[in-house]
Amino acid sequence: MMSADGALGRTWVYLATSPLLWLTATLVAYQAATWLWGRCRMNPLLNPVLVAIVLLVGLLRLTGTDYRTYFDGAQFVHFLLGPATVALAVPLYRQLHAVRRSALAIGIALAVGSFTAAASAMAIASLLGASHDIVLSLAPKSVTTPIAMGIAEAIGGIPSLTVAMVMLTGITGATLGPALLGLLKIKDPRAQGLALGVASHGVGTARALQSSELAGAFASLAMGLNGFATAVALPLTLRWLLGI
Amino acid sequence: MLVYITVLLVCQLIGEVAAHLLGLPVPGPVIGMVILFIALVVKGGVPPALEQVGRGFLTNLSLLFVPAGVGVSVHFALLAREWLPITAAVVVSTLVTIAVTGLVMAGLAKQHRPQEHRPQEHRQ
Repeated sequence: MMSADGALGRTWVYLATSPLLWLTATLVAYQAATWLWGRCRMNPLLNPVLVAIVLLVGLLRLTGTDYRTYFDGAQFVHFLLGPATVALAVPLYRQLHAVRRSALAIGIALAVGSFTAAASAMAIASLLGASHDIVLSLAPKSVTTPIAMGIAEAIGGIPSLTVAMVMLTGITGATLGPALLGLLKIKDPRAQGLALGVASHGVGTARALQSSELAGAFASLAMGLNGFATAVALPLTLRWLLGI
Repeated sequence: MLVYITVLLVCQLIGEVAAHLLGLPVPGPVIGMVILFIALVVKGGVPPALEQVGRGFLTNLSLLFVPAGVGVSVHFALLAREWLPITAAVVVSTLVTIAVTGLVMAGLAKQHRPQEHRPQEHRQ
């Protein structure tokens, strides 16, 4: 009994220090979540990203593993976000004619969407009595993570908290966004993609790509341009409004 | 195949270096995306092998957000303390943004496609 326990303990200690365990757990959780999503007729509330995160957070809690240990393994998956973002140029290029044809519409919709994303989040949080730190950390919530962190720093928010807001926003958009677009009878894939990309950055873009390449191309365009526009406009606007 | 994985990484690397050297507010991979996009425009087409590599990355794009998403758990205490304003702001603001952007784009895009040859589809 003792020796079996000891062997198990030693195996656990060995696994806990190797990236293999949490890398594998991430892939297994995501595939289990994808399988479940397919089984439940792609029910939006069972979005695979959301379910995989819930599974993994539960597993980390159960095993008393901290996030840093988890990330040592999962960082290999995380790293691929870089080249995957670069690869978004491919659908964007293939849909170039569609993008070019609606350039003016994209510009206007993007400006309205960027403003709505930041202003509505700050207004709602303020009205409900959130602290100043939280309101500022929420402002860049619709922007892709690395840009959002930079913006949070520039306007006096808490960058690591902003990362959490950005992820929650992405999951919300990817989970509920397509259903809302259906409810509003927005069937144009260009509008669907742009809306998901502006409101919920890469997670929304990934969801849009699952619908169609056209939607995915508009989403990745929206994600990039929204990040750029917010990074430039938000710090300047807040400085002007609040005098910081 | 390996060539184009290298191409993606080289674009990202150039993007990272440019962002740091020029102090741009945009992350390296986004600049890398612009670089690859310009290269494709110059080349005038997507090589089949790049197409394949790109599809490999993008069909599983959602997976790549899982590790960062698990990080939300680090802020549980703070999120729990002000859960109402945070949840309301994130959920309502995200949905309002999707609705507003989608409606504006759908409305404008319809008007701005007069030169399209395809007849307007009739939807109920």
